[in-house]
Amino acid sequence: MLPLLIIILLTGGIAAGIIAYWNQAACRWLSLITVVVDFAIILFIWIEEGLSMTLTDSWLRDSHIPWIPSFGISFHLALDGLSLLMLVLTFFLGILAVLISWKEIQYRVGFFHFNLLWVLAGITGVFLTMDLFLFYFFWEVMLIPMYFLIGIWGHENRQYAAYKFFIFTQASGLLMLLAILGLYFIHGEQTGIYSFDYFALLNTTLSPDTARWLMLGFLAAFIVKLPVVPLHTWLPDAHTEAPTAGSLLLAGLLLKTGAYGLIRFVIPLFPSAAQSIAPWAMLLGVVGILYGAIQAYSQTDFKRLVAYTSVSHMGFIMLGVFSFNELATQGVVMQMITHGISTGALFILAGILYERIHTRDITQMGGLWSKVPFMGVAAMVFVMASLGLPGLGNFVAEFLILVGSWQANQPLTILATAGLVVATAYSLRIMQKVYLGSSMQGYILTDLSLREKLILVPMCIVIIWLGLFPQQVINTARSTVANTMHAGNHATIHQKQDQEEVPNTSAFNTERREP
Amino acid sequence: MLNSLWLIPTFPFLGALILVLVGSRLSRQVAARIGAGSVGLAALLTMAVGYDFLNSGVGAYQYTAWNWFDVAGLSTSFAFYLDPLSLIFIFVITFVGFLIHIYSVEFMKEDEGFARFFAYLNLFVCSMLILVLADNLVLLYLGWEGVGLCSYLLIGFWYSEAKNGYAARKAFIITRVGDTAMAIGLFMLFSIFHTLNIQDILTQAPQVWVAGTSMAVVIAFLLLGGAVGKSAQLPLQTWLPDAMAGPSPVSALIHAATMVTAGVYLITRMHTIYELAPLAQLWVGIIGAVTLLLAGCSALTQFDLKRVLAYSTISQIGYMFLAMGVGAWSSAVFHFMIHAFFKALLFLGAGAVIMALHHEHDMFRMGGLKNKLPVIYWTFLIGAASLAALPFVTAGFYSKDQILWLAWAGEKGNVWFFLAALTGAFITAIYTFRMVFITFFGKAKTQVSHVPGKRITIPLVVLSILSVFGGFIELPHTLGHFTLFSDFLSLLLPSVSLREGVESSEWILQGIAGLLALTGVYMAYVFYIRSPRISDEIKSSTYVLHQFWLQGWNVDALYNFLFVRPFVYISTLNKNDVIDKFYTMLVRATEFFNGVFVKTQSGILRWYVMGIVVGAILIITISLFVQP
Amino acid sequence: MKTLPIESGLLLAGVLFTLGLISVLVRRNIIFMLISVEIMLNAAGLAFIVAGSRWAQADGQVMFIFILTMAAAEVSVGLALILQIYHHLKTLDSDAADRMNG
Repeated sequence: MLPLLIIILLTGGIAAGIIAYWNQAACRWLSLITVVVDFAIILFIWIEEGLSMTLTDSWLRDSHIPWIPSFGISFHLALDGLSLLMLVLTFFLGILAVLISWKEIQYRVGFFHFNLLWVLAGITGVFLTMDLFLFYFFWEVMLIPMYFLIGIWGHENRQYAAYKFFIFTQASGLLMLLAILGLYFIHGEQTGIYSFDYFALLNTTLSPDTARWLMLGFLAAFIVKLPVVPLHTWLPDAHTEAPTAGSLLLAGLLLKTGAYGLIRFVIPLFPSAAQSIAPWAMLLGVVGILYGAIQAYSQTDFKRLVAYTSVSHMGFIMLGVFSFNELATQGVVMQMITHGISTGALFILAGILYERIHTRDITQMGGLWSKVPFMGVAAMVFVMASLGLPGLGNFVAEFLILVGSWQANQPLTILATAGLVVATAYSLRIMQKVYLGSSMQGYILTDLSLREKLILVPMCIVIIWLGLFPQQVINTARSTVANTMHAGNHATIHQKQDQEEVPNTSAFNTERREP
Repeated sequence: MLNSLWLIPTFPFLGALILVLVGSRLSRQVAARIGAGSVGLAALLTMAVGYDFLNSGVGAYQYTAWNWFDVAGLSTSFAFYLDPLSLIFIFVITFVGFLIHIYSVEFMKEDEGFARFFAYLNLFVCSMLILVLADNLVLLYLGWEGVGLCSYLLIGFWYSEAKNGYAARKAFIITRVGDTAMAIGLFMLFSIFHTLNIQDILTQAPQVWVAGTSMAVVIAFLLLGGAVGKSAQLPLQTWLPDAMAGPSPVSALIHAATMVTAGVYLITRMHTIYELAPLAQLWVGIIGAVTLLLAGCSALTQFDLKRVLAYSTISQIGYMFLAMGVGAWSSAVFHFMIHAFFKALLFLGAGAVIMALHHEHDMFRMGGLKNKLPVIYWTFLIGAASLAALPFVTAGFYSKDQILWLAWAGEKGNVWFFLAALTGAFITAIYTFRMVFITFFGKAKTQVSHVPGKRITIPLVVLSILSVFGGFIELPHTLGHFTLFSDFLSLLLPSVSLREGVESSEWILQGIAGLLALTGVYMAYVFYIRSPRISDEIKSSTYVLHQFWLQGWNVDALYNFLFVRPFVYISTLNKNDVIDKFYTMLVRATEFFNGVFVKTQSGILRWYVMGIVVGAILIITISLFVQP
Repeated sequence: MKTLPIESGLLLAGVLFTLGLISVLVRRNIIFMLISVEIMLNAAGLAFIVAGSRWAQADGQVMFIFILTMAAAEVSVGLALILQIYHHLKTLDSDAADRMNG
């Protein structure tokens, strides 16, 4: 079942690319159907497993096909709660990405959809593979079509943004490749079995120094993708210049692969090394929260503003992951999903406005509410989500992260919480500049079309649903989170014996439920 | 009937939902019916539930709708908790809310956003009900932020004027500052008690903490931070006067009767913690006392009718904080209820006046309305009398007198609290009747264009009846000693123990307070009716002070200077992201070296040969000489 | 049979090589440059022969045959290029062919 998810997207992409030579509408429909089929499959798996999900059985599906056995590389895909949630998000946003491009993309439609579906395939692969070589492979598969999406269909400064995106991600990805190879050889020397398999590599024993360097290699790739503040500058450019679907995928999914990597690889593979840098990582997270928020406030480009809010929100992920407790990690999982939806929706709104008034400059807008009330309501919902209003999904995420990080580091949590005030300031600035006030330009606008409603209404419903009934998501992610925590927990005990340094989380670990 | 408790917030929620989804397609009549009707149903249901609750004799009733989230021991539910305290609050919210909805049907009848207005208002009522009914602090926080959102939406209701939007944004951001403190308080509570259920915390707290524990004090202060933000107390009071940009019914419902008293609710609800943190409780009192004086002085100088009332609201909530500071919990709640009646009445009356005079807000351009708008005049007068606490006949007298008395006689009271409250009462009387005299007496300066209809006058009359008779459910020892209200709350909220040997002085203090109120009215009469010249002279001789008070002690300017401008400056300064400069420099450096090295590639063959020769010679030389 | 000392053979090769090199550097005419390169190649070949006879090994002569073959190939390709350059630029000046900066 699992390879099928990727194969459908890959073949769908090629077919859509070819069919566009004859019929562009058919190409759009084909892409839509491709993603919908994947979405249906993953929902089917979720519903099937949702009833019988227990803590002990954390891997729901596993598919293992040898690929290059002589190097220990295999086509190993596996699905657990976290990957399941991420895939649901991937295909949900994938459908929306196809829909939002329906009118926007008129140039080289076939190649666009080919790239779109291949990005999705890459992301799907990243969320599924349990083989590090394959992981790196998909990591790159995700990158190149995205480069084309930005570089061909983007806005004015697209070449620059696409290069920047590519170089940042590629350079950091190479560091990860080095770390993967390092881990591969160390594990091979120790056991005599050379394998890239995740589960095999989990058992590698590393000296603290080696572990730290290898971890930094992985970390580099993930925190560039996330992004964490000093490495974030590709993001505002890429998000701003990308076409709407590109921004949606970037913000909604590509950033999440970084967060996913932290939870899936960095912490389980190098638990004690991760523990030892935790305070610094959390500090970077908090710097990101505040820096992104302050930057967002002064932006005049709608998409750039939203891009900086992403930087701020991703800071919460960094803070949560390195808090090493279940509350914060569950919050991180929630944050990945809710941020994907709320920020994605804001990019969609920016794109919809751009289609109508051909500007992204919010100082040129104002007073649009009276003209497009439906869009205004949708914007209000997502702006409120972005500032963390309770009742919407983002609140649950941020609240859990902050409660969790409070157990780990109190001064940083206070600073992070203060970020919520700045978040209010920049979020309300969007409303104020775009929808409230009086209109200066006398734009003639039409409110949302049926297709646009079809995009935004489900997003509204999902974000409210996640705010009021998040338990299903929490349950689904529970086993993964517990496993990750188990790794971290183990390291804590280990580290306690080895080193004098007492980690901050130790007080909380004692009462954690053992998986 | 008790088990339909969940329906009380659900009705307004459904109303809001319908109005948001299809409001634009409904006729005004239907929208009004849905908007006001849903709150009316909630009010009726509240009465039924309240009746059942009183008859059942249980101390509290809990209803869990669903499990919200449950992670690693942090388990929260959508659960409602009804006890006498929340019953009083939901009664005021639904009942006063219903009256204000009826009023709004006429007040907003020509507005474009009629359905939108009722949608927001219903959503507000729903959030406020969730706030006071919440059985855990996370749900309370949901209601807390929900009312903040509705306040934002309604202050900025007339969004086409940018300044309304800015006022709304200011309100949201400033209350969010307080909310952040409160959120940190929640994190601390959770890390200590491993639950955020209010009742669990309240029962565990005395077992975990001894009185005066620093942890309790810190938490109490953090929760106080949330309370001062929402209740517009010092130092976060600046948003409320600007919030008057919203329509008058909004000011009446949100910025007078209900939302701004959420802070009072929170502190009263968590009173156990404050009893364990005497320092924090003292500061509740100090903040209340200082705020009531500062806001009272500002109210003296305002010329916008609604801003007078706004400052008056801040000041009156200061009384409630003062009461809580001396541990007079039930007095605070009593004053909350009476204040909700008379302040809603005053705002609605002010709204009717403003509407009658073509949206004129300046009191000095009103005047002479006594005969033209008699119903409004009389009801407004009753409200004003209640606010000024005219002795014996008004509800405000009884509620405020209790606070004055306990500020002096209570165990935690002291003479400074008493003096502040007394001075405040005097100032209140002056500014209240200054407002009445300027608005309704004297010469008419603006023509009345719209005479309010039944939908406006009926709520005014009902509220004025409550503003008079509401006080008689709680009478002091000296005057009948009838304590229905405090008995109702006695199981829940501890009563104040008096200092020794002060009982006999109660009637003296009441006399002083009553006399001061009357003197205040008389002074207002002298200044603004008999000889207005005096007031002008005072005004011109104290011009600087007058301006200072008019601007609300210039706190806005101070905050602008301290927080807003530096933030905006830094943010704008760094608009292009200084970190990106580093990467740009990296690119520049690469390009520079590229530029240097590209020169060597001239395309002239002989240079290349030369390069090869020189390179070969160099390498041979190096290998000959360097290698030993 | 009197054998020449190896030094004189190598010296001759060195002188030939230097002459070739200098003329590659100073000539601008491509044909002369090509001829100079041939001289350098032959100088290298001579050095191989001398070294081969010194050690009484066939390797030196084998290498010379290699060089001869290579030189033939080089001349044919080189002349073809020169024809093309002359065709395009109407000159045999090597400095004129710097348009590609290559």
